[in-house]
Amino acid sequence: MKRRPVFLISMLAFGFAFFYVPILSMIVYSFNESRLATVWGGFSTRWYESLFSNKQIMAALLLSLKIALVSATIATILGTMAGIALVRFTRFRGRILFSGLVTAPLIMPEVITGISSLMFFIMLAEWVGWPGQRGFTTVTLAHITFSMVFVTTVVQARMLQADRAIEEAAMDLGSRPWQVLFDVTLPVIFPAILSGWLLAFTISLDDVVITSFTTGPGGTTLPLLIWSKVKLGVTPDVNALATLMVLVVGTGVLVAGIVLNRAERRRVQDARLAYRANE
Amino acid sequence: MAETRLGRWFDRKGWAGLVIGAPYLWLLVLFLVPFLIVVAMSVATKTSTAPPISWGGEYPVLSWESYTRVLSDGLYLRAFLTSLVNAGLAMVLCLLIGYPMALGLCRVAPAWRSILLMLVILPFWTSFLLRVYAWMGLMGRNSWFNGLLTDAWNLLVPMDWAVKSIPMMNTNFAVVLVMVYTYLPFMILPLYASLERLDPTLDEAALDLGSRPHQVFLDVTLPQSIPGIIAGGMLVFIPAAGELVIPTLVGDAASPMIGRVISDEFASARDWPMASAVAVMLLLLMVVPTMVYSHFQARAEGSK
Repeated sequence: MKRRPVFLISMLAFGFAFFYVPILSMIVYSFNESRLATVWGGFSTRWYESLFSNKQIMAALLLSLKIALVSATIATILGTMAGIALVRFTRFRGRILFSGLVTAPLIMPEVITGISSLMFFIMLAEWVGWPGQRGFTTVTLAHITFSMVFVTTVVQARMLQADRAIEEAAMDLGSRPWQVLFDVTLPVIFPAILSGWLLAFTISLDDVVITSFTTGPGGTTLPLLIWSKVKLGVTPDVNALATLMVLVVGTGVLVAGIVLNRAERRRVQDARLAYRANE
Repeated sequence: MAETRLGRWFDRKGWAGLVIGAPYLWLLVLFLVPFLIVVAMSVATKTSTAPPISWGGEYPVLSWESYTRVLSDGLYLRAFLTSLVNAGLAMVLCLLIGYPMALGLCRVAPAWRSILLMLVILPFWTSFLLRVYAWMGLMGRNSWFNGLLTDAWNLLVPMDWAVKSIPMMNTNFAVVLVMVYTYLPFMILPLYASLERLDPTLDEAALDLGSRPHQVFLDVTLPQSIPGIIAGGMLVFIPAAGELVIPTLVGDAASPMIGRVISDEFASARDWPMASAVAVMLLLLMVVPTMVYSHFQARAEGSK
């Protein structure tokens, strides 16, 4: 007697069409022969060919990847430390300020983070003579700062779920504290550290606003290059670039999702087997 | 400081200092100090030196001029209003589209559900800039999408109102539309999280006791999902109100949003005190909804 929720299903269909029609349209038009980006002029892969021979784009992509790798890695280390600190050390001096500092970058509008970082670097150069020029280093520093708090959020959530009794049990069974840390605590929160890193990596790779404020000559990342192009309007080569990025990222996320999902399921299964063996 | 044995070990070896200290110091130097510089900058005086500001010397140490100009100049107030209206509209539209979608996600078969959830999250991982760009392609005058809408419009309205194409680009309509598009996942996910937890037997009980389906929704489902509505609303409203990329690419330059005003004051007008004052006021505006949010969240956690 259960009624089919026709309205809800059609809203879902509408919503997913809303999500994916613009992206599909962009993909289709990346194969457009015509130079006019919105008028169909036949099938062609010429924009992809011109993309791969464009040294500027390749250099920008390389710079973006470098910044994303370095900033995501440092952000993950700092963010994980902050997550552990907030969950395991519930009382230390300045904890309230600390938890405020960890939340504030999440709600700070990017424009404000951008101009405050730029003013900071300029004033720092005034006061101590560094950084003389903005570019890779300043962008990376800014990216670490605003992506580490995302890592903290993810790690913190996982730490709160994790059972502290396992750590206690390991110590009762004679493990040294550093063994507990490396054999129990870190493996338990590892999925969170991994997804925190992925999050920091994509946030860095995707950022326009903060990068545009903190960069300098020779520091053109891929989003900045796209930004300067799309401000002038829709062009077919950006369609091609966008298609490649969507496909690469989409596949990456899908694979990561499946792998993490499977690891999680195996973990649950192992736990269940261990339980049964003990009964 | 640390209650567990692991914590005590951390503490004794000085590791606790490192684990707390490193991220703490980092955020103090690279987040708090820059922010305090903005606050200090907002009461500085604009000069023609480099950097173009001054505290003291022949200028007043504390100058409130930027703030009085923001409050007296209609341009800034209009920009604040435009931001609030656009962000508010985006939030409401996200709720109207996202709520039935989240509810729908709870009703589909579990096998489908994880795939559909993945599809909700997937756009979030792809480039934000390119998602905005995708709509630039759709909204342009010669695009197939604009053509489709134009045909529909011409079919529905009297002949006199017929148009060649619908002017969508560079309007506040475009800004709201693209904000709904890019922020919709932020609304759906917390809504789904709060709706998924609801006990379906409550619905059945209400139905058995004679409620009509829309009454069940209004009296049972909706009140229980209010935490999700508030969380989703905040996640959409806050970034939308300070948005810079979307209004710059598809917005109306004649009625800018506040993010664009900050960026223009800073980069084009080189008026750092003004940009900083507007930034501080935007933050003050955002503190209010954030407080409301944390109030509700604290209450929700307290009632558990």
